[in-house]
Amino acid sequence: MLKHEQIEKSVALLVVLTLLTVIWGGLLEIVPLFFQKSTTTPVEGVKPYDAVRLAGRDIYIREGCFLCHSQMIRPFRAETERYGHYSVAGEYVYDHPFQWGSKRTGPDLARVGARYSDEWQRAHLMNPRDVVPESNMPAFAFLAATKAKDSVGADIEKKMEIMRGYAKVRGIPTYSDEEIKGAKAAIGDKTEMDVLIAYLQGLGLALKNVK
Amino acid sequence: MSDFVSDFWNLYVVAIVLGSILFCVILLVVQGKATFTPGKTMGHVWDETLEEYNNPMPKWWSWMFIITVVFAFVYLALYPGLGNFKGMLGWTSAGEHKREVEKMDAAVKPLFDKYMAMDLKAVAADKTAMEMGKRLYLTYCMQCHGADARGAKGFPNLTDADWLYGGEPEQIKETIANGRMGVMPPHAQLGGDTIKDVANFVRSLSGLPNDATRAAKGKEAFTSAGCVGCHGPEGKGMHAVGAPNLTDKVWLYGSSEAVITETITNGRQNQMPAWKEFLGDAKVHLLSAYVLSLSQGK
Repeated sequence: MLKHEQIEKSVALLVVLTLLTVIWGGLLEIVPLFFQKSTTTPVEGVKPYDAVRLAGRDIYIREGCFLCHSQMIRPFRAETERYGHYSVAGEYVYDHPFQWGSKRTGPDLARVGARYSDEWQRAHLMNPRDVVPESNMPAFAFLAATKAKDSVGADIEKKMEIMRGYAKVRGIPTYSDEEIKGAKAAIGDKTEMDVLIAYLQGLGLALKNVK
Repeated sequence: MSDFVSDFWNLYVVAIVLGSILFCVILLVVQGKATFTPGKTMGHVWDETLEEYNNPMPKWWSWMFIITVVFAFVYLALYPGLGNFKGMLGWTSAGEHKREVEKMDAAVKPLFDKYMAMDLKAVAADKTAMEMGKRLYLTYCMQCHGADARGAKGFPNLTDADWLYGGEPEQIKETIANGRMGVMPPHAQLGGDTIKDVANFVRSLSGLPNDATRAAKGKEAFTSAGCVGCHGPEGKGMHAVGAPNLTDKVWLYGSSEAVITETITNGRQNQMPAWKEFLGDAKVHLLSAYVLSLSQGK
């Protein structure tokens, strides 16, 4: 029988057993998720992010929006009344990595798509206080000064191919060669703000009006 | 039908869950059989005085351990946790949400039904209804129209008597239920000079300071460029297309010559989202009455 003293005095054994202890929960709680239909099949209406939205998503990540905004509506009435249908796993199949977030300084954005007009999004990003005087969100006016093709859009084809790789492993619909080829043209002269708004306006539409 | 792609994962989860609990029990039993030397130290000393003893575990701690094991089995019998087994209570988070919503819906339904049967003007005069309307407004509307409902640049003030699409109860309800799409087309093709003339004419309509010569020229362009199509021959606007009245003191984007020039040159577009599907008829009804009440007496 393994003695406590033996584990304590052998670094290799200590490392192996510590690792095993740490990954144990993950083996149970994470690994089976990769083999569950509800987490790997897209909900009807959920499509891969087109080139513009994928670039916008990169702005969302770059600016750390996830630090203050979650994208996860929990199944409580208080949340579904305000934000709409609770989030389901099949809505996130094209999210690499997920933008669930863990803190809400601002509101949840999982279903912000089409909730406001493009003009509102623009005015709000330029200076949130112009439309919501009580807001403590920072202004992102500088996003209107850079063309997306010079930053997040520069290697958009590569990004789409990587996303296509993920989708192919799961056997779910993904980009065609033409879509990847046309990515640069789709982004065109749009600014970083334009692509971010396109991303936001597409969030959560699949279950927007589902009760 | 199982959610797992193959039954292996069902067995995998069951095996790990039960195996882990079993492991804990074995650990407790084995540890209980170890030889203890109460009162004697193990010969290790840390931080000058910290010594290690070899005492048996406290009884209360062992009992806590056993209780958690028993709890685990009870929990796994009642709630989902063992692979495909749904648990005897059949609990799901979606089911709990549904019960929560149904309970609240049943509680407020009589109230909403009562207001649905009343016409908007009557609802607007009901104190309770307006308290409810205010809460709905602060949840869904204040982001654009402001907490005080006075709007912002590009987002209409709801407390005045000026309406882009009409302020009759039915028109307000239509706006909230189905949304509106406001488009002022760009007129850059008129050329900077003519645009400046029109801007001066537009300012003259509401008595703002303007260059009279330019305004006179602008008046002609106002007709020939087709502005009258939406804003009417007298510039009084048209509710059917949401064209604003240019003769009053209310300006959605601003009344300076520079802003008006920008509006004519680049056009404007904005949208009021449709809320019928999301909120349902009853809430739209209440919100319409609330918005109606905001400008009453003005």
